[in-house]
Amino acid sequence: MTPMDASTAHAPAAAPVLQLSGIHKQFAGITVLRDVQLNLYPGEIHALMGQNGAGKSTLIKVLTGVLEASGGQMRLGGQAVWPDSPLAAQRLGISTVYQEVNLCPNLSVAENIFAGRYPRCGIAQGFRIDWATLHQRARDLVARIGLQIDVTRLLSDYPVAVQQLVAIARALSIESRVLILDEPTSSLDDDEVQKLFEVLRRLRSEGLSIVFVTHFLNQVYAVSDRITVLRNGSWVGEWSAQDLGPQALIAAMLGRDLAAVSTEPAVSPVFDTSQTTLLQTEGLGQDTQLQPLDLQIRAGEVVGLAGLLGSGRTELARLLFGLEQPDRGALRIDGQVVKFANPMDAIRHGLALCPEERKTDGIVAELSVRENIALALQARMGVGKFLSRAEQTALAERYVKLLGIKTESVDKPIGLLSGGNQQKAILARWMAIEPRLLILDEPTRGIDVAAKQEIMEQILQLAQAGMAVLFISSEMSEVVRVAHRIVVLRDRRKVGELPAGSSEDAVYELIAAEHA
Amino acid sequence: MRHRLAWPAVTLLLLLAINTAFNASFLHIEWRDGHLYGSLIDILNRAAPLVLVSLGMTLVIATRGIDISVGATVAIAAAVAAWLIGGSVSGTESRFPLPVAILSAIGVALLCGLWNGVLVAKVGMQPIIATLILMVAGRGIAQLITDGQIITIYYTPYFFMGGGYLAGLPFSVFVVAAVFAVLYLAITRTALGLFIQAVGINPTAARVAGVQAGRLIVAAYVFCGVCAGIAGLLISSNVKSADGNNAGQLLELDAILAVTLGGTALTGGRFSLVGSVIGALIIQTLTYAIYSLGVPPEINLVVKAVVVFIVMLLQSPEFRAQVGALARRPGAGALQ
Repeated sequence: MTPMDASTAHAPAAAPVLQLSGIHKQFAGITVLRDVQLNLYPGEIHALMGQNGAGKSTLIKVLTGVLEASGGQMRLGGQAVWPDSPLAAQRLGISTVYQEVNLCPNLSVAENIFAGRYPRCGIAQGFRIDWATLHQRARDLVARIGLQIDVTRLLSDYPVAVQQLVAIARALSIESRVLILDEPTSSLDDDEVQKLFEVLRRLRSEGLSIVFVTHFLNQVYAVSDRITVLRNGSWVGEWSAQDLGPQALIAAMLGRDLAAVSTEPAVSPVFDTSQTTLLQTEGLGQDTQLQPLDLQIRAGEVVGLAGLLGSGRTELARLLFGLEQPDRGALRIDGQVVKFANPMDAIRHGLALCPEERKTDGIVAELSVRENIALALQARMGVGKFLSRAEQTALAERYVKLLGIKTESVDKPIGLLSGGNQQKAILARWMAIEPRLLILDEPTRGIDVAAKQEIMEQILQLAQAGMAVLFISSEMSEVVRVAHRIVVLRDRRKVGELPAGSSEDAVYELIAAEHA
Repeated sequence: MRHRLAWPAVTLLLLLAINTAFNASFLHIEWRDGHLYGSLIDILNRAAPLVLVSLGMTLVIATRGIDISVGATVAIAAAVAAWLIGGSVSGTESRFPLPVAILSAIGVALLCGLWNGVLVAKVGMQPIIATLILMVAGRGIAQLITDGQIITIYYTPYFFMGGGYLAGLPFSVFVVAAVFAVLYLAITRTALGLFIQAVGINPTAARVAGVQAGRLIVAAYVFCGVCAGIAGLLISSNVKSADGNNAGQLLELDAILAVTLGGTALTGGRFSLVGSVIGALIIQTLTYAIYSLGVPPEINLVVKAVVVFIVMLLQSPEFRAQVGALARRPGAGALQ
């Protein structure tokens, strides 16, 4: 854990900017928030922590006027307020940057920052948009957060990390007193996270109060002054970040001791190399996506795929699974050359892919958990051989129990589940087809510590039962912990392989090798 | 009012009630000339082609598509059938045997659907543009077949489909029931329903999960074409002629409306076959009401539009919520 800069940890002397107390929220008779409080002081970064489903998102939605609380009180600068819409919250000076960047990629950076609030000029109180002022103000704002970009260019011209910062610029343009960041780092790499943190520290020194939601423990300690923990919709406590160590934080989030979530290696990294080769690529590549690459995966082997965002990890997964077609090289399954025209071909050969983008590529939001779990198995069985509703229910309930998916019923639309539970359901979808090789692309992204742990344990059990796993993750600690072998990618090419038990530093060294 | 079919059903009942209020004999059904006779029977018979086309349209819309060529397909199928039966005035002779004519017409309609499906799923055209091609060209094709004339059909056995009766009910009702039954079984007893919904809600995720969306979409358009073909047979049999220019005119719009009235969103995904049937019956009942109430023909489209507008407002959850909120809370208030 990064040691905290002592000067940033201040005792809250001033009066709180924002005070929530006794917040209750019910959905259709189910209580999701119970007597929750949050105290936010001027010029602090406050981490809001909890497992998936603990109520963090709901609390933020109440705070930002998206949802109406069923009870409780909210005071902003000492005055009782109650934003009844996101717009009302903005007017009060509460701005939010959501987990998914929700800006318009087809508009310019400046247009995005001021969307809906363009400065006007001309007759009749502004018939025309004052582009000069708009661009100047946008330039000032991006400069304030240390970005050097052309604000007149389309947002989609910039990487996600920059878009995330633009979202913050937009939040700041509203004369905010409180800035809420809901998992802002989940799609950023380490350098970008550091840059974001610099911006946050600068904003803190300007007196802004920041609520920061994340699943990365090290990030909490890197920037936060204080921590509020929620569990199962209830308030657990509020601590200074100095007083609550990582172990105690996890214990507070889980409500049980840490022994159960040990971060020690969960399987022996020793792998029996006499196993037969399941999948092999020979110079497999695609023009712009991936340089020709050799890869070998044996039955029961867990191969880690390490590399930064954009290193070609996801592209490789898509090529292997038939979502993209390679234009050079060969893919062999059990020694036979195969060509996958679509994912179904890959599935028939025993492959499965848990995709990186859960929302767009994974869940079918309006369908039930049951239908989502049964989908891949049913697709492989074809239209004719139908899993009856009872069979689907039995299948889904088995996996709900096995993976600890939190849902009142398997008939609940999967879109209403929390992120970690959605991810478990997608994992269940692929476990149901009993694949020989499971490709996991960032299976633990954006989900909480406990769910992460459960998913990792599940993966390792499957590997012990003889299933091969290709494990892709930006969290190097996870990769080195579970993999029998680590394949490192950089700039869309393979730069090397490391044996089990290699350190994180060794992986980073390989990634950085030619940058020097 | 939680069930998704509640509002369509209420709308239909309301329209029936209005008809009854203005015409006391509306609900009256009697046995005449060896079959049931009455306004309700008439509505069922006339609604049959629209119900068929709406069923096909439901599947296409569920896959995020739309098919605006169904009216043209109706005309083509009618023209093919009429041409194969031929213009002998004796009433007992047909150029080709009746089954050949019927199957050929349905076959040609199937090809029309296949064309649409391939353009959408394989070529990657926008559904509305892809089907616009056949919508425009199809009228020309139908007129080519009929040589630009309205072909009058004299062969009496052909009239049974759209004008005959079986067990006291119009034969067309049995045709619709058969198509509905086949479709309903296909949706509920095979994985078709699950796949169509998955593709309609999230095509990318469905593809990653192994659902072969392309084939499914082609199948939806083919089915829609076949439905339009059967509707063409019913219509030409009922009016005893095939008019390449006017048969099935604007039927595509009524079908889209029927699907929407039945609670299936045009954005795809969740769909309701029963809802679409109710939607089609709503439209036919409304048309009947406009005629039977003596609305002047020059303004009946305006009246229809107004009624449809009101029905759509009532069925919109957002609109109901807004009206409900206005009724409950006169002013926007703070909590507690």
